Amino acid sequence: MSDFFGIPVQVLLGQLLLGLVNGSFYAMLSLGLAVIFGLLGVVNFAHGAFYMLGAYATWIILDVFELGYWWALVLAPISVGLIGMLLERLFLQFLYKIDPLYGLLLTFGLSLIAEGVLREVFGSSGQTYPVPELLQGAMDVGFMNLPIYRVWVIVASLSICFITWYVIERTRLGSTLRAATENPKLVQAFGINVPVMVMFTYAGGVALAALAGVLSAPVIQVSPLMGSSLVIVVFAVVVIGGMGSIMGSILSGVGLGVIEGFTKVLYPEASNIVVFLIMAIVLCWRPAGLFGKE
Amino acid sequence: MQISRITIFYTLLFLGAILAPWLGLYPIFLMTLICYALFACAFNLMLGYSGMLSFGHAAYFGSSAYITSWLITSNGWTTISALIVGMLVSTLLGLVIGLIAIRRSGIYFAMITLALAQLVYFVCLQAPFTGGENGIQGVPRGDVLGLFSLADDTVMYYFVLFIFVFVYLFIQRVVHSPFGQVLKAIRENEPRASSLGYYAEHHKLLVFVLSSTLAGLAGSLKALVLGFATLSDVLQSTSGEVILMTMLGGAGTFFGPVLGSAIVIALQNLLSDRVGSWVTVIIGAIFVICVMAFRRGIVGEWLAYQNKK
Repeated sequence: MSDFFGIPVQVLLGQLLLGLVNGSFYAMLSLGLAVIFGLLGVVNFAHGAFYMLGAYATWIILDVFELGYWWALVLAPISVGLIGMLLERLFLQFLYKIDPLYGLLLTFGLSLIAEGVLREVFGSSGQTYPVPELLQGAMDVGFMNLPIYRVWVIVASLSICFITWYVIERTRLGSTLRAATENPKLVQAFGINVPVMVMFTYAGGVALAALAGVLSAPVIQVSPLMGSSLVIVVFAVVVIGGMGSIMGSILSGVGLGVIEGFTKVLYPEASNIVVFLIMAIVLCWRPAGLFGKE
Repeated sequence: MQISRITIFYTLLFLGAILAPWLGLYPIFLMTLICYALFACAFNLMLGYSGMLSFGHAAYFGSSAYITSWLITSNGWTTISALIVGMLVSTLLGLVIGLIAIRRSGIYFAMITLALAQLVYFVCLQAPFTGGENGIQGVPRGDVLGLFSLADDTVMYYFVLFIFVFVYLFIQRVVHSPFGQVLKAIRENEPRASSLGYYAEHHKLLVFVLSSTLAGLAGSLKALVLGFATLSDVLQSTSGEVILMTMLGGAGTFFGPVLGSAIVIALQNLLSDRVGSWVTVIIGAIFVICVMAFRRGIVGEWLAYQNKK
């Protein structure tokens, strides 16, 4: 079995792996988007910008502070999370009671600012980031060569997604969070400081996006525009999955990444639009999304 | 009293627009401004009067610009027929995207229109006739039904101005018609409007299609004015700009989008040579200020202030 409809299995598996890598990024981003939307009622357009900031933070941590990848894995999400916290206090907290469209517009404006500043400081061309030493090279698993870094990205991001799911769905902290989503006033009456929780939730969601940025830094060019097109795909993923469910956004993120990967082999011209086409079909068939409740 | 002041304002504005080419204003700049004002007015029909935020209006603006340019350059069509077919294509596109997008409302509607417009962007990037990254360059303006040539900037200016005034009055007519009143009712309270027997979905779809048709007209005119259609016409940032123009001037007011587009286009013209990428930052900052400080826009806040007095 070295051929599959005339396509070498090697190529197919290679694209499957790439699709899984992209899919894990989609999953991490749509997960953060879903958590933020659940508690804040804000569709965070700046999610792509925070992903980009995560990748730039990684690059700066190496270039300026001369600290490697493993440091960046911890420091970049924390620093981007702090920026998120600041923005939540400065702007977003005033928008919770009005039409959610304003939150979308505000975060769109914020992402334009971030993009413009970084383009001015670092230029439009991309920066390359080396793959960390420990994860260089490839594994020979018999039927194909597995690049270790890609496997690491998939394993790391899926574990993070699973941990997030576990924290939200299975722990006491998560149940408070979900309760605050349903009825913030009641939770506040039980003596929980909901505004602080909201702030940390935003920081957490944004840190997830930054973490995806760190993981992606060695596999893509770090450029100011890397977030703006990604966030649109992630929006489509969220519409397909339905924003209500955490597991739904993880599954649809990974699934769509894989479908996109296969499309690259079978019909490359459509690989950019396949996610949007699937979104259109899902909307006609199930307007609330695959995992949405309505 | 109030009505006569509005009449005076519009009379002065109209006289100013007629005389503008002789006041030393650069005609290309004026025409670009009018095209974007037309685009913003079309967009306002949805955001302002129906409460639907489309995040993908560049799709209609750009695709119509591409179709008109392609018909003229590659197929030798006349200007007017190419304009009309460009509009028809954006109408059709608006119908298809509208049918899908109105299945959800509010924030989902915005996300869906954004994603579908990105699909249109990739189609324009890869389609064989759009010229990829270069776009379609050197589109001749041609003439109007063989009567007069549009090659001269002043003639073209009056042609564009004529269309703009016509569409502006048309939009006022639509908003003040029973159809427009039902739209406002749906914006304020959709379940209530439905319970009164109005088909909310039909009204929403119709205004969506109307808005995309007029956005297409604006795009085609812009392509004729500047002589090219490029990828930036279908880009997400163009969709963002038209939102900003409408919001800044005042969504749901007639003159707001015109004022908003004048400010944004003037800013871009003044700043782009001097500050480079900071233009994006400034546009983003205006967005933030708009959302935080004056959500009704300049004209909207002014009207609210007048009413309070």
